Amino acid sequence: MATSIELSALAVGASAVVRDFPKTGAAFLRLREMGLLPGTRVTLVRTAPLGDPLEIKIRGYNLTLRKSEAAHVLVEPAP
Amino acid sequence: MALPAHIAVSPHASTSRTPIYAVVGNPNCGKSTLFNALTGLKQKVGNYPGVTVEKKTGTTYSQHGQPITVIDLPGAYSLAARSPDEAVTRDVLLGRRADTAQPDRILCILDATNLERNLYLLHQVLDLGRPVIVVLNMMDLAVKARLNIRVARLEHELGVPVIPCEAVNGRGIVELRLAMSRVDLPLARHAWNIPAAIAPAVADLQASLTANDQKAPLIARAEALLLLTDQDSVRVAGSTPLSPRTNEILQTWQKRWAADGTDWAGTLVNSRYEAIGRIATEVVLPAGETGPSVSDKIDAIVTHPLLGWLVLGAVMTLLFVSIFTLAEYPMNFIDAHVAAFADWVKNVMPPGDLRDLITDGAIAGVGGVIVFLPQILILFFFIGLLESTGYMARAAFIMDRLMSRVGLNGKSFIPLLSSYACAIPGIMATRTIEDPKDRLVTILVAPLMSCSARLPVYLLMIAALVPGDRVPVVTKAGIMLLMYALGTFGAFGFAWLFKRTLLKGAPPLMIMELPPYRLPRVKDVALHMLERAGIFLRRAGTVILGISIVLWFLAAYPKAPADATPTQQLAQSFAGRAGHLLEPVIKPLGFDWRIGISLISSFAAREVFVSSTAVVFSVENFAGGKNADVTPLRTALRNAAWPDGRPLFTPLVCFTLMIFYVFAMQCMSTIAIVKRETNTWRWPLFQTAYMTGTAWILSLIVFQAGRAFGF
Repeated sequence: MATSIELSALAVGASAVVRDFPKTGAAFLRLREMGLLPGTRVTLVRTAPLGDPLEIKIRGYNLTLRKSEAAHVLVEPAP
Repeated sequence: MALPAHIAVSPHASTSRTPIYAVVGNPNCGKSTLFNALTGLKQKVGNYPGVTVEKKTGTTYSQHGQPITVIDLPGAYSLAARSPDEAVTRDVLLGRRADTAQPDRILCILDATNLERNLYLLHQVLDLGRPVIVVLNMMDLAVKARLNIRVARLEHELGVPVIPCEAVNGRGIVELRLAMSRVDLPLARHAWNIPAAIAPAVADLQASLTANDQKAPLIARAEALLLLTDQDSVRVAGSTPLSPRTNEILQTWQKRWAADGTDWAGTLVNSRYEAIGRIATEVVLPAGETGPSVSDKIDAIVTHPLLGWLVLGAVMTLLFVSIFTLAEYPMNFIDAHVAAFADWVKNVMPPGDLRDLITDGAIAGVGGVIVFLPQILILFFFIGLLESTGYMARAAFIMDRLMSRVGLNGKSFIPLLSSYACAIPGIMATRTIEDPKDRLVTILVAPLMSCSARLPVYLLMIAALVPGDRVPVVTKAGIMLLMYALGTFGAFGFAWLFKRTLLKGAPPLMIMELPPYRLPRVKDVALHMLERAGIFLRRAGTVILGISIVLWFLAAYPKAPADATPTQQLAQSFAGRAGHLLEPVIKPLGFDWRIGISLISSFAAREVFVSSTAVVFSVENFAGGKNADVTPLRTALRNAAWPDGRPLFTPLVCFTLMIFYVFAMQCMSTIAIVKRETNTWRWPLFQTAYMTGTAWILSLIVFQAGRAFGF
């Protein structure tokens, strides 16, 4: 099993599968409700011109989140 | 898990009453377009009492011509509310709002191009146990994206009618209306496995909600499930609170789970998405490899590290220049016609107080209200375009990093930028900011951005400040730039301060969907624009009219002898006396009582400073308006002096006055709109106090320091 990294550390264009996620906090509950769950495949589409926030693609649509939140989401890089 | 037989089919609650449909859906799913297509112009826009969330209701007709009430609920991603908008949607659906009847049936709009995430809200809505019609919108775009959606299969999986639809060109509306006309609608075959860990809690809460909160069993079950996904969700005014017993049960369970480490909220979301995943794999056949979509290609430019700024700059320049220049013609037209109308009334009516009240109070007041309309219409036309194309989200995405420095998020950018033209549309545009505190901070600082009404004041003061007849362009531009910079820094500084003190909150989230780019629909944009204008006229107009009449009264009474000049009349009116009363306060800033009169009367609107200064310093036949020739006024100002003969308008005083106008809340229309947008007098009063207080302190510092340095 490959090692998990933070979602914010993913390279632009790379895909990964979500492995772990904080249990509490409004931001993380909302991210789950938006479909970012353990097991979900996520692609880092790009970062904003100033480096933050990030744009990711999940379940066929694009979502932004700040690096501060993405740093708490652990993902396992996947081809 | 089958539903009990007695609720398997639900007839209309009663044939004698107009059935109520609620329209729900994710943001960007085409909900308003569909609502407009159903109800046409038969819409009513108001507010939910106590919250600044728009309440839209309309009427449509069944195939037999029976009226059907349709409530357009605010867009929501989930019923576990994270914004006042979502809280209202949740509360109406759960029957928690006394001001809105609980809908009999629900239309749930799904964006066919983004089915999985849209199904999440539907999954919650089906729990409510009401008849639901699913509208599968944007089918055309789904086909373009090579998504193969099996509608019959989805209908079978859910057990409720599914109507494929393209609201943009009206396709599917007839079928939808037919479905809405059905007397009986099936209830969903909505069996999903509530995770075993939390099932006992659901049962407990459901029992308590039925017994203590008088909820119907199915609503109680839905609410129980919702309470368990809700970690301190948003509450809004007008929502019926839960009974203490239910709260107690909820807290007991939450404590137990916190102790043993059960991820209760997450578990529920996971099992919903598991159920959704099963439906989605049945219904959506995998598309073949599709290359980058059109949206991906546009975004490669629009959010490009370099080109992105150019696009943003170009769009904002276009927006800004349009508000500034396009609005000028209708504004001058309105100004001229209001003045002409007042003159006409002056001629046909016998002289007297009633005539003056009508012309100088009422007509001038109404003119002062409608003169803002062109700017509001243009700004909301652009905002409608930016929103419906999807660019608005990109602008917020690009600007978020900068805005986060002062504790706001990218969504505050457009309202603040619009405020350079006029704070009123800027403040009205803050409705796109979900977080109530961020929204309030944005409203509080927006009027610090130098608006177009400050321009005449700046121009007059620059003319009086610089010696010689012609002001060098460089000096003029330099001073103007300084004033704009001061206002901007002020706005960001106060935003930073408010976010750290008064309106302290968690750093705002930037969890935002970047919807695919779509062609805007002119009809929807126009409707949105007219709605805004209507709101401004109705709500702000009345307050502005009232204040205008009061200000007229203060300047017209008590009456001077009949042969008095306008200057003498003003000098001995209440406003003139107030100027004298004000003098001790403003003397440290280098202002005398006559400037005090102008400050008081320009409380109506900043540009009034120019015309009222003309009256105070007795410039005969001064024609007001934006293009007025200020030369005679400038001469009068240069000659104005204190009783001891010192000149009044020294360069330092002119400069201090400009500083004062950068910060002071000299605009009753802004106060009126802030009152409307915050639903209380507390915030506009606070705003007036902090802005004018800052203006006074900074003017004092500038004037006293300037004098100390020998200016």
